[in-house]
Amino acid sequence: MDLMKKIEYSQMRMDIPPFKAGDTVKVHVRIIEGDKERIQMFEGVVLCRHRGTTNATFTVRKMSDGVGVERIFPLHSPFIERVDVLSEGRVRRSRIFYLRKLRGKASRIKSKNAWDN
Amino acid sequence: MSNTLGILGRKLGMSRIFGSDGMVIPVTVIQAGPCPIVQVKERSRDGYSALQVGFEDTRATKLTKPAKGHLDKAGCGYFRHLREFRLDTVDGYEVGQSLDLEMFSPGEKVSITGKSKGKGFAGVVKRWGFRGGAASHGAEKIHRNAGAIGCNTKPGRVIKGKKMAGHLGARQTSYKNIEIVAVRAGDNVLLVKGQIPGPKNGLVIVRKQQA
Repeated sequence: MDLMKKIEYSQMRMDIPPFKAGDTVKVHVRIIEGDKERIQMFEGVVLCRHRGTTNATFTVRKMSDGVGVERIFPLHSPFIERVDVLSEGRVRRSRIFYLRKLRGKASRIKSKNAWDN
Repeated sequence: MSNTLGILGRKLGMSRIFGSDGMVIPVTVIQAGPCPIVQVKERSRDGYSALQVGFEDTRATKLTKPAKGHLDKAGCGYFRHLREFRLDTVDGYEVGQSLDLEMFSPGEKVSITGKSKGKGFAGVVKRWGFRGGAASHGAEKIHRNAGAIGCNTKPGRVIKGKKMAGHLGARQTSYKNIEIVAVRAGDNVLLVKGQIPGPKNGLVIVRKQQA
């Protein structure tokens, strides 16, 4: 299985910063339209990370005009230009799907630093 | 599809990689070759022309005496697996020469033969894709049945070849037109698109396809 690992590790990106569920991230997504390429932002809360080698993904949720939008990104995709971690959230679960049922004030996530104080 | 050269390999497993356009490609990883030529069969002497190749080194004690004698004659080591590739002509090939992944290039279509996973005694839904019965609407105990298998008095028998339940899998299967995604000759590793027959660590034969 060493050869499998070698192939998979060669496909993985090591430049993505560590983040967890509850963190607020800004994903810079490369969009290719015809022969033009541009960068689109997707900013929201990380709901979960799906572990794996080349097939690891993460789900980001944001509210867009009052409508919840979720996007699942392959973690190692070349379409991801960069991921910025804007704030670390303090949550007790590794998958915070309960956030989907919450709106407004209830859907706020405490930042990690605030918890420490 | 026969009469083409190929190589022996072992299926290592499946993974996914990112293609040059960034899209995910499901791949099967095969460790293939090098396969030294053990015997060159010629039409004049053997009645047909073929190359016999060996794969995976083993110890002489693992072989039967006739197999050992056969491989001693070739003098390029002892192999666990021997297979023949029938060719129209074997000119230019000689014993001791090694076949490796150099013969394949990315984008090429190949045919891959292996022994499919055994499924045991399988019903008609799994084995032949029958639809089975209704899941509800009062259906009782006939959810995955075959239904009727023939007529009444005339012909008074079941027609030969009727698709029924039985043993499925564990037989030689070939997939054609499998695209090669990458060739890593240094590691003797071949990446092909999609799935191939057999379990992990199963022996497979990767054959070139006639153009």
